[in-house]
Amino acid sequence: MRFKYVAPALLLGAALVTALGAAPAAAQQDVAKFKQSQPTEAPSLPKLAWSFDGPFGTFDRASAQRGFLIYQQVCSACHSMDQLYYRNLSGIGLSEEQIKAIAASVQVPGGVNDQGQPIERPGLPSDHFKAPFPNEEAARAANNGALPPDQSVLELAREGGPNYLYAILTGYRDPPAGLKMQPGMSYNLYFPGFQIAMPQPLQDDSVQYTDGVKPTLDQEAKDVVTFLTWAANPEMEERKQTGVRVVLFLVFLTGVTYATKRRIWSDLHH
Amino acid sequence: MVGLYKSDFKNPVVNWIDTRMPVFTLMQKEYAAFPTPKNFNYFWNFGALAMVNLMIMIATGVFLAMNYTPNVAMAFNSIEHIMRDVNWGWLIRYAHMNGASMFFIVVYIHTFRGLYYGSYKAPRELLWMLGVVILLLMMATAFMGYVLPWGQMSYWGATVITNLFSAIPLVGPSIVTWLWGGFSVDNATLNRFYSLHYLLPFVIVGVVFFHVIALHITGSNNPLGIDVKSPQDTIPFHPYYTIKDSVGICVYLLVFAALVFFSPNFFASPDNYIPANPLQTPAEIVPEWYFLPFYAILRSVPNKLGGVMMMFGSIMVLFVLPWLDTSPVRSARFRPIYRQVFWLLVIAVLALGAVGAHRPQGIWVVIGRVATLYYFLHFLVILPILGKLERPLPLPESISRPVIRGGGPMPGGAPAKPMEKP
Amino acid sequence: MANSAALPAHPQGSGQAPQDGATKRDFLKLLAGASALVGVGAIAWPLIDSMNPSQDVLALSSIEVNLTPIPEGSGITVLWRGKPIFVRHRTPAEIKAAEDVKLSELIEPQADADRVKAGHAQWLVLIGICTHLGCVPLGNKPTDPRGEWGGWFCPCHGSQYDTSGRVRHGPAPLNLYLVPYAFENDTKIKIG
Repeated sequence: MRFKYVAPALLLGAALVTALGAAPAAAQQDVAKFKQSQPTEAPSLPKLAWSFDGPFGTFDRASAQRGFLIYQQVCSACHSMDQLYYRNLSGIGLSEEQIKAIAASVQVPGGVNDQGQPIERPGLPSDHFKAPFPNEEAARAANNGALPPDQSVLELAREGGPNYLYAILTGYRDPPAGLKMQPGMSYNLYFPGFQIAMPQPLQDDSVQYTDGVKPTLDQEAKDVVTFLTWAANPEMEERKQTGVRVVLFLVFLTGVTYATKRRIWSDLHH
Repeated sequence: MVGLYKSDFKNPVVNWIDTRMPVFTLMQKEYAAFPTPKNFNYFWNFGALAMVNLMIMIATGVFLAMNYTPNVAMAFNSIEHIMRDVNWGWLIRYAHMNGASMFFIVVYIHTFRGLYYGSYKAPRELLWMLGVVILLLMMATAFMGYVLPWGQMSYWGATVITNLFSAIPLVGPSIVTWLWGGFSVDNATLNRFYSLHYLLPFVIVGVVFFHVIALHITGSNNPLGIDVKSPQDTIPFHPYYTIKDSVGICVYLLVFAALVFFSPNFFASPDNYIPANPLQTPAEIVPEWYFLPFYAILRSVPNKLGGVMMMFGSIMVLFVLPWLDTSPVRSARFRPIYRQVFWLLVIAVLALGAVGAHRPQGIWVVIGRVATLYYFLHFLVILPILGKLERPLPLPESISRPVIRGGGPMPGGAPAKPMEKP
Repeated sequence: MANSAALPAHPQGSGQAPQDGATKRDFLKLLAGASALVGVGAIAWPLIDSMNPSQDVLALSSIEVNLTPIPEGSGITVLWRGKPIFVRHRTPAEIKAAEDVKLSELIEPQADADRVKAGHAQWLVLIGICTHLGCVPLGNKPTDPRGEWGGWFCPCHGSQYDTSGRVRHGPAPLNLYLVPYAFENDTKIKIG
């Protein structure tokens, strides 16, 4: 009989150890990365309410368009978006004429002329977004050795997604007294290691909005994050809308199948 | 006609084919009329679910392959091309990506069901071992598939896992170079992984075929773990279990759809959306969730070769499980102590999963070692001893008779005899 | 089905169940089966549709050509859907030559007016592939060999085309194919 209680005791012990270890550690999981190289602790990410949240969320077109304006005027000086075509901009509600004009405003490689010399031509909707630098070395040389990451799927490539991007854009502060900053680096509350090579990109009134919205830092950050989230997930609205229909159909199918099962099995349970 | 099979099918076309090649008779025998224990619970759905999942993976995979480019310069972009430009490409890719996770969820539940109800015991040892072979093949396939998008986790996961083989004394480094086809994970590696990732699923189909043959020779186990004694204990597979499996498939598809459509990157690592960069290791290299328990075992052993051997050993031990468990009783329902250590094993594996997801520091190291120790103790020590010491509850007379209730140990303490000779 | 399992204790088959139960079950089975079929179709369609031209291919399925840089008397070649397209700026003499030909003299009779857009007779837009065996004829540049009829000359087997792109000398059996295009304005066309 004594043997019988060995297992429950083991179980309880293991559960306790696991629970004690898991609970606080899980809560600190995100923070651990930030803590690694710094004694001070990064605050947890702000949680914003985004237009694209939830199973019915859609992209706020006006916000995404303002975000694209910021990308054009600010981000694109250093950051590429290699996966996007100008034609994709119809996804945030730009018209064909607007897209043609935006594409035509850049010069892209146009093959070679009769003499075999490379030529340039105005961009077309079917062209990829033009990158600010021809290659990684040029990008690093122009940015103090740091490489501005491509922004096509940036929203998916960072833990925390839109909230993290918003936090970085609004997380610039004066470095705390006594912290030795590396040359050319800026202090950012949310960046791993707190020292970021990108100088604060957005301030109040960094851009002029044409739709009357006041370009505060907070508004600009929200807009550009909406744009970047769309850029990384252009299929999102179609995906969620399809998903709602698929789930409704499957709920119906499950119900019918279960009813049929009950019927078929009923002659076994007399 | 001489030499032809005499088919009973009425439909002339079916009859004509069946006479010359009795596939319809075979299907009728093995899937329609196949006598199946009448007392399956919903855990017996997971074999059919795994089959459906395998088909979904192969179908989506074939169509992804039409648009994917296995080249280090183009692989990442070709995935984004699929996501953005190919009609329904996002759906096919997200279904394939989450399908891998669903596959492991289904197969792990299928495996633990076998552990709980003793489905690995005689005469189903070979059936079980074929299942372990399928699990190993799935792991290899999943690992190589994860390399194909050529993100940071693809690259560094491939580097770390292939480097495991360098732990083999003497020939290790040569084997690693051979695996890579170069001096690091590179284009040659990506190409061969792509080739094998396309091949192995069909090998899995082959082994599944043998798995099913073995199942149909021995017949299915059941929640009571006792043998079928009379026709009253069984019902034909169709329509009873085809419809019950269909219910399971619907629920499975609901979970799958919720993942694909509303949280497609739930199981994904953000780092894999950064193109592979051989010059920069991500802050944390974490394998896909379904490898975490094994990864935790690997890291729990402070010796490189020891860790690798323990990790592979954690699966190898499953091959000999039918002989490690000495109890004649199959179902945990009648094994009060085994039932408890079974749940301890589940907790240990879950804990290992959590350990694998965290940096090996502090409490995680301790939990990892305790859980690893328990994992091996469970199979190598507890199960062999338990079978000798444990006093099982009285077994019901047959599947169709109600379970003997309120009964203590059987008179005279005679051990139950569930595994009578057929 | 041909044979049924021996099941003495549990009669199966709807024939032995009460009548209303049987119809309800049959209806349920039918509904479930039909729904499952719809579901399978819904799963199959995205896979099938994924083999249709992707968005990046469709984006290149129509191109715009600026006509301004093409001097009178010469033509350019642009790539459209993987094929060379000739855009030729004809001189008044070439137009007249093309219009004055008697249709009975042609291998494949077709009026010049049917091969150009009304009001834009100086522009000729064709698929630049010889209708014989698929070579690309010469003749866009005034310095190229253009053959006896001043249009195009195919270097592979010597077929000759006139200034309307009609075949005048074999072995090619047909005129150069036309492409669907439209004038966006006087100096820009959209092909496709």
